[in-house]
Amino acid sequence: MLHIKCPHCGLRSQNEFAYGGDASVKRPELNKEVSDKEWNHFVYLRKSLRGKHLELWHHISGCRQWIKVQRDTATHEIFKTFKASEEI
Amino acid sequence: MQKYSVFNLIKNAFNNHEGWEVAWKDPAPKNEYDVIIIGGGGHGLATAYYLAKEHNIRKVAIIEKGWIGGGNVGRNTTIIRSNYMHDENALFSEFGMNLWRSMSQELNFNIMFSPRGIINLAHSDAQMNAYSRRGNSMRLNGIDAVLLDRDQVKKIIPMADFSENVRFPIFGGLMQPSAGTARHDGVAWGYARQADSMGVDIIQNCEVTGFDVVAGKIKGIRTSKGNIKANKVGLCVAGSTSILAEKLNMTLPIETHLLQACVSEPVKPILDHVVTFGAGHFYCSQSDKGEMVMGGDLDGYNSYAQRGNLPTLQHVLTEGIAMMPFLSKLKMLRTWGGIMDMSMDGSPIIDKTHIEGLYLNCGWCYGGFKATPASGWTFAHTIAQDRVHELNAGYSLNRFNTGHLLDEKGLGTKTWIS
Repeated sequence: MLHIKCPHCGLRSQNEFAYGGDASVKRPELNKEVSDKEWNHFVYLRKSLRGKHLELWHHISGCRQWIKVQRDTATHEIFKTFKASEEI
Repeated sequence: MQKYSVFNLIKNAFNNHEGWEVAWKDPAPKNEYDVIIIGGGGHGLATAYYLAKEHNIRKVAIIEKGWIGGGNVGRNTTIIRSNYMHDENALFSEFGMNLWRSMSQELNFNIMFSPRGIINLAHSDAQMNAYSRRGNSMRLNGIDAVLLDRDQVKKIIPMADFSENVRFPIFGGLMQPSAGTARHDGVAWGYARQADSMGVDIIQNCEVTGFDVVAGKIKGIRTSKGNIKANKVGLCVAGSTSILAEKLNMTLPIETHLLQACVSEPVKPILDHVVTFGAGHFYCSQSDKGEMVMGGDLDGYNSYAQRGNLPTLQHVLTEGIAMMPFLSKLKMLRTWGGIMDMSMDGSPIIDKTHIEGLYLNCGWCYGGFKATPASGWTFAHTIAQDRVHELNAGYSLNRFNTGHLLDEKGLGTKTWIS
């Protein structure tokens, strides 16, 4: 069981959260011409890192806020959690 | 190569079984090969075997970080099927079914192929309609499919929950009678033994640390046992694909996730088929030893851990007990996990890359084991001929760029949603 420290609610068990994937992916800017290559990169391509990974989680059975979690994908150690708007 | 037969078994019995040859050698790597296959799992070993057998390319090395067959080919739930709706997946898998049927004879190794049939249960009228459509698509592609109603399913698996007030009543199911299971380790060992006998070098405990790429062409690899030259290199490393891709400055449409499986204590024969729960993700069969072999969802977040987490296991087994309540009486014998190369549309990639001489075989998601022979056969063709075969033309790397996705489940790009 992972224990994730929600920046809004405190330490909660994994069961309260839904996973949201790689948080380092940036959507191409709005109202700008987007090439197929850029769109492919945004929608499909992932680094899938082994080690430190910044990811989104949704505290869906809690405060319902999206948060960022920095976690090791090999050991599951959680280093730090952030509010969605915070940058590391 | 010494043939495995009853005659040789009796002959060696008189010699305390000390006269058997090693099944494959343990050579040091040579300086150069025609083809290097990275990854000594089912797909890598099968690729090397078909390179030697179908294309007469025998100066081949398999480079394996651990020991052969120690990854997902030794960790899966052994299910073999071709119950796909899309043509590309159906034709590819059915080609594989034919290779499975003759594999024990071809490899002279008993892989215990057991075509016991798979039943996907349906729990609503809508699901029955969807299965009817899938079954019709399968039959158009020459694959056997039978739509079963509730009473027919009850006759086949009476131990499933057919009581009235259940959350997910069984409406019926789709059966592929020719699907089944096989002895997974035997598949790896069978391919390894035959590949070795045709001159393939199986190099174990050898980690790939880098690649030599000159002017867009692959020239060789760097390993913990020294540099090895080759003009053709194939990647068959499943959940480790992204790690090697990073060394090649490639970003791929896959994520590595953890999938668990488990077996119960052995019990007397009760379940003759492979059965899947239609209202979630749970599948179950009974091994020859009597264990119930079970699996289901991914752990649900990027993971290279090769070991599972309990919440997912609990969730998966809850589905199992909803489907077949007797499972709750069984003790769990073993649970384990393996890392899956989850592609963004749920279908694999067998293709050339932008680097000349570098070939990619990945993205097998939940279904790598059953694809072993077809994957090896088509990947060997792609490497030997430097062009894809029509069977793996749909599994291109570029399809994500062009929008020609093969999204069998219609789930989109969230690999962790099952």
